[in-house]
Amino acid sequence: MFKRFVEWMDARIPMTKTWNIHLAQYPAPKNFNMWYVFGFLATIVLINQILTGVWLTMNYVPSAEGAFASVEYIMRDVEYGWLLRYMHSTGASAFFVVVYLHMFRGMMYGSYQKPRELIWLFGMFIFLVLMAEAFMGYLLPWGQMSYWGAQVIISLFGAIPVIGDDLTLWIRGDYVISGATLNRFFALHVIALPLVLVILVFLHIVALHEVGSNNPDGIDTKKPKGSVPDEEKPKFKFHERFTNKKDIVDSIPFFPYYIIKDLFGFGVFLFLFCYVIFFNPEMGGFFLEPPNFEPANPLKTPEHIAPVWYFTPFYAILRAVPDKLFGVILMFAAIVFLALLPWLDRGRVRSIRYRSLLHKLNLGVFAISFVVLGYLGTQPATPVATIFAQIFTFLYFAFFGLLWFYSKREKTKPVPERVTSK
Amino acid sequence: MKKLLIALVTLVPSLVFAAGPEVPLDKAEVDLHDKASLQRGAQLYMNYCLGCHQLQYHRYNRTFEDLGIPQELGEENLQFTGNKAGDRITNNMNPESAANWFGTAVPDLTNVARVRGADWIYTYLRSFYKDDSRPFGVNNAVFPNVGMPHVLQELQGLPEKTYEERLIDGEMEDVYVGIETDGSGRLSESEYDQAMLDLTAFLVYTGEPMLLEQRRIGWFVFGFLLVFTILAWLLKKEFWKDLK
Repeated sequence: MFKRFVEWMDARIPMTKTWNIHLAQYPAPKNFNMWYVFGFLATIVLINQILTGVWLTMNYVPSAEGAFASVEYIMRDVEYGWLLRYMHSTGASAFFVVVYLHMFRGMMYGSYQKPRELIWLFGMFIFLVLMAEAFMGYLLPWGQMSYWGAQVIISLFGAIPVIGDDLTLWIRGDYVISGATLNRFFALHVIALPLVLVILVFLHIVALHEVGSNNPDGIDTKKPKGSVPDEEKPKFKFHERFTNKKDIVDSIPFFPYYIIKDLFGFGVFLFLFCYVIFFNPEMGGFFLEPPNFEPANPLKTPEHIAPVWYFTPFYAILRAVPDKLFGVILMFAAIVFLALLPWLDRGRVRSIRYRSLLHKLNLGVFAISFVVLGYLGTQPATPVATIFAQIFTFLYFAFFGLLWFYSKREKTKPVPERVTSK
Repeated sequence: MKKLLIALVTLVPSLVFAAGPEVPLDKAEVDLHDKASLQRGAQLYMNYCLGCHQLQYHRYNRTFEDLGIPQELGEENLQFTGNKAGDRITNNMNPESAANWFGTAVPDLTNVARVRGADWIYTYLRSFYKDDSRPFGVNNAVFPNVGMPHVLQELQGLPEKTYEERLIDGEMEDVYVGIETDGSGRLSESEYDQAMLDLTAFLVYTGEPMLLEQRRIGWFVFGFLLVFTILAWLLKKEFWKDLK
């Protein structure tokens, strides 16, 4: 019965074929470590955001008069509305946690290098759209931080010469943040950007499946056709789409092996995720900021306006520069340089395991700078804090400059022929 | 390098203390399981606070249900505004008049515990003191120059600020240590503290009415996740055995 159904379907749509190419007969290097779970987790969080978002939309009122009260209505009067809202608000932060770790994985193992430049670029676009999505979503509860945070961020565009003021007016649809801004942000948040996000994720995966995954050793597991003796090939059946062109070594089918391994990682992730949802939804004011439980008041500026934690590294870079326009440029440059990594890194060795001590230090300092900037961005900009922000902004950018400089003649360790794993 | 060191030693304390209030906050030992305390808090709120401060996002009947108050009893004793039990907890004060009377709009207090924290509310309510320079003759140590009169004066009496001489940096200075009531109120000091703890607890409840249910479900979720994650781990081990 089931077999006949599958045959009927396969005659009409490539169901089994797609399943095989992308899961059951998709070769994935066998030496993935725990860093490789974050892509899977990002997909799960995206699904969580879409599902909880749809249900929140059913009771949310996108107007300056009704938004705040409707969120409280969801929290109090809608059955398990608080759970939906916390899943969505925690999901936003979780998305950035897993995406930042996913990106750092790519940096450690050189996953952005040739031939995976396009995967990295799609990833960077996902990151950009995700930031826009999160920023617009944060306005929707229409609390004090929603309002004033948006005010600060949108005013940044005013620093652009000539068109700046008109541009901010165009973004807001008003001279101040108002119901008009809320409505357009709502439209973009619930339909336009999620659509773009899903398409970009699709492209990210299509590009990945064309060239195949990198691995912690940063070496190719797809060897030239005919170069590998049969007894060294894995015992698994991989789809001919892969085996026709290359000899595949050290690989296992993505399904069931990695799906099941990811399932375990998913369980561990859920412990942390559910701890926040059920026991600490505000996460000490980092995931939900206390002033945001007060409705937006255009006449009352909060004492200290801080963006949500996932923007703070970039916010700290912005504030580190005395000149507003240059600050804005530097903030965007912080992201552009990341996108240019495939071309800034001129090395041939991908994985940090076989690269020079200098590279290890450089990447370490970069990671520390990112975290410290993130912390500084949450704090008031005292003169001392600003000096620190300047130092770590310099170190953040120094990573790219140094990398470009040394990667061409880097002293690397010998790279193994085949992946190393226990 | 020296600059960096100086920056380091000065930065750390300045960051730690940057946002602290000037008056140290007392710890509010709120127990949301203590229904009697919450009921007393609700009673205080409806009698002394609701005249000005709405709880416009919360409903009477939800409050009765969560606090274990029979609806009829609640309607008779806690609803003074002519609302129905299913209505939200509002009052009829005109915001414009309020601005005239108090110099500012009167805030809604549904979420005040989420904005300010329980400790802040508990300390604030116990920090009014006599100050003839203010329109209502009182000021507040936690919220200086607040527009609110001391509406609980009939309970607490009229407190005055007390100071203590302390040696600071080689000089004797008067340090604010708290307030002391003149004893004209109906409650003793410890009774008043308990009453304010009840009121604080009630506001913690209105801020997060789902909190107890949320925690209870959370433990079940953890229980499920424990089983799920162990099974996933065993499944992973079983499948990966053939790779050896």
